Amino acid sequence: MLRRIWTLFSARNREFYRDKSTLGWNVFFPLFIIVGFSVLFSSDTQNLYKVGIVRNDEVATQQIASQLKKFREMQYLEFIEFKDRDDALYKLNHHRIDLLVDPTTAEYWVSKTSPKGYVVEKILQAASLQGNTTAFKKQSVIGREVTYIEWLFPGILGMNIMFSSLFGVGYVVVRYRKNGVLKRMSVTPVRPYEFMTAQIMSRIFVLLTTTAIVYTGTVLIFGFENHGSYLALLIVFALGGFTMTSLGLLVASRIASEELAEGFLNIITWPMMFLSEVWFSLEGARPWVKNVSGVLPLTHLVDCARKVINDGASIYDLRYQLLSLAVMALVFLTMGSLLFKWQRG
Amino acid sequence: MDYKYILEVEGLVKQYPEVRAVDDISFAIEPGICFGLLGPNGAGKTTSIEVIEGIVKPTQGKILYKGRSRTSTFHEEAGIQLQSTELPQFLTVKETLQMYRNLYRVKADMDYLVETCRLEDILKRDNRKISGGQKQRLLLAIALANDPDLVFLDEPTTGLDPQARRHLWDIVTRIQQGGKTIILTTHYMEEAEILCDRIAIMDHGKIIAMDSPESLLNRYTTGTTIVLESDVEQSFLDSMPCKWYRMQDHIEIQTESPDQCIQQLMQEGVTLSGMSVRSPNLEDLFLKLTGHDLRA
Repeated sequence: MLRRIWTLFSARNREFYRDKSTLGWNVFFPLFIIVGFSVLFSSDTQNLYKVGIVRNDEVATQQIASQLKKFREMQYLEFIEFKDRDDALYKLNHHRIDLLVDPTTAEYWVSKTSPKGYVVEKILQAASLQGNTTAFKKQSVIGREVTYIEWLFPGILGMNIMFSSLFGVGYVVVRYRKNGVLKRMSVTPVRPYEFMTAQIMSRIFVLLTTTAIVYTGTVLIFGFENHGSYLALLIVFALGGFTMTSLGLLVASRIASEELAEGFLNIITWPMMFLSEVWFSLEGARPWVKNVSGVLPLTHLVDCARKVINDGASIYDLRYQLLSLAVMALVFLTMGSLLFKWQRG
Repeated sequence: MDYKYILEVEGLVKQYPEVRAVDDISFAIEPGICFGLLGPNGAGKTTSIEVIEGIVKPTQGKILYKGRSRTSTFHEEAGIQLQSTELPQFLTVKETLQMYRNLYRVKADMDYLVETCRLEDILKRDNRKISGGQKQRLLLAIALANDPDLVFLDEPTTGLDPQARRHLWDIVTRIQQGGKTIILTTHYMEEAEILCDRIAIMDHGKIIAMDSPESLLNRYTTGTTIVLESDVEQSFLDSMPCKWYRMQDHIEIQTESPDQCIQQLMQEGVTLSGMSVRSPNLEDLFLKLTGHDLRA
């Protein structure tokens, strides 16, 4: 029995070792993630909460200055300075910062629905408490405050679209190539662009349908509303899905190994998941991180969806970002078509 | 019809970095016949047929379809069954056939396809739940979906049990009787003898003989083949006035005078139980031409 187990064990090990692509991904992918994220979120920048400070040289009183100093010495807080209070309030309303302090007037604002805001408020109160009173006065948020779920929800939808597009198209096309379905297709009059168009259209149709179901379900459960038009939202999701699907087709343009394709798809989706502000805002992140985020299609998709749902933005308001998505899709599709091969080898 | 041959291949070569898979082959096929490319695995049959089908680019050579170079419409007109293809998953047999039919401008009649390829009973079945023979029949129907004049069948019966194989032969015969030209690759001699009007025997990328099965047998083989299952001393075999071949599990003797040969074997005390005597077939022909077994 042991001999048989050993035989199979060693054969499997040999197989795994000789499949260089799988070996590569198994070793380098986790390494890439660890190294990547250690650079992005190294300990000196790893802060759990983001506090906006309205920058002004005048501080109301000496007492406030000392309380603010104590607050700034607290751990796990990142302080981001804003020149303009209205700009900072907008960002607070949109969960890009968790709390806003104006030292000049000794006022602070906190989002009522943000779980993080509640914690930061407690830290502020602890830091500034003298006797039973604190010098900072809580102010009610001006304008419409976006609830946390309203902020998070477009991000989740965008992420879902990303996974569905990349894996749903990329992975399937690679499997078709591997098992010869594509080779059979190549001896029919079907041309590569026709095949790719059909794949994209089918995936966008599936995406929009599933997104609509998830959207309706979430609205029914949480009861929030879309402040923009549904047409704008439809265009954002369709264009975002188009860009992502094109990227999936580019990845799948000539690979014939599912393992290799999975590796590529992971290496694309993971950074997008963390750098496209799906889960947390990159407010205050290093400029290069923001630059990287800016070239990721998911960043634009999520941002556009948030602007429509949370702020009622129109297609015209989003024109530059939508144009960026369209350009990306065009680049991915062109490259995908040029690289496309019906069969392996 | 302003062409003599539906397909002409001239000086076709396919060179891979390490092997010359197709080495200067030429042939021409008249309309309405079944032409067989016959040879062992690795002889270059599939590469040849895939070059003609347009899947693989030739290194050199000329291919004419209906007297002209193939154009982009070739795939509209040709019917192609590849050697190993998976079918799209989660579709039924009927949906798959309809999908392929809809890819062409000219469509074969659905009832004709279903009836010719005997798909009546499995039309509603999921592609993943059909047997090997049923899958080959569906692939054959797909190859006929555009009502082609020329049909390529690359080893259509490989891996099938004898009954399923015979079933498929009947279908291929019916298709040919319907006026279509068929190019078939196979490593089964019996299949080539039954189905093909003309055959080209391939080995190591070259065509080593080409004609009708009968003419080839008449030209290259004479006499009788004796198959012995028992082992015989090599020195004795060498002393006999006939050609002999030691195969994996038997010995084949090709002789002009079987009576004399059997007498000699009996005198030598060779066990004749399990011995068979038959006329030469394509298998013997291949052996004679190449010196090795077709299945090798």
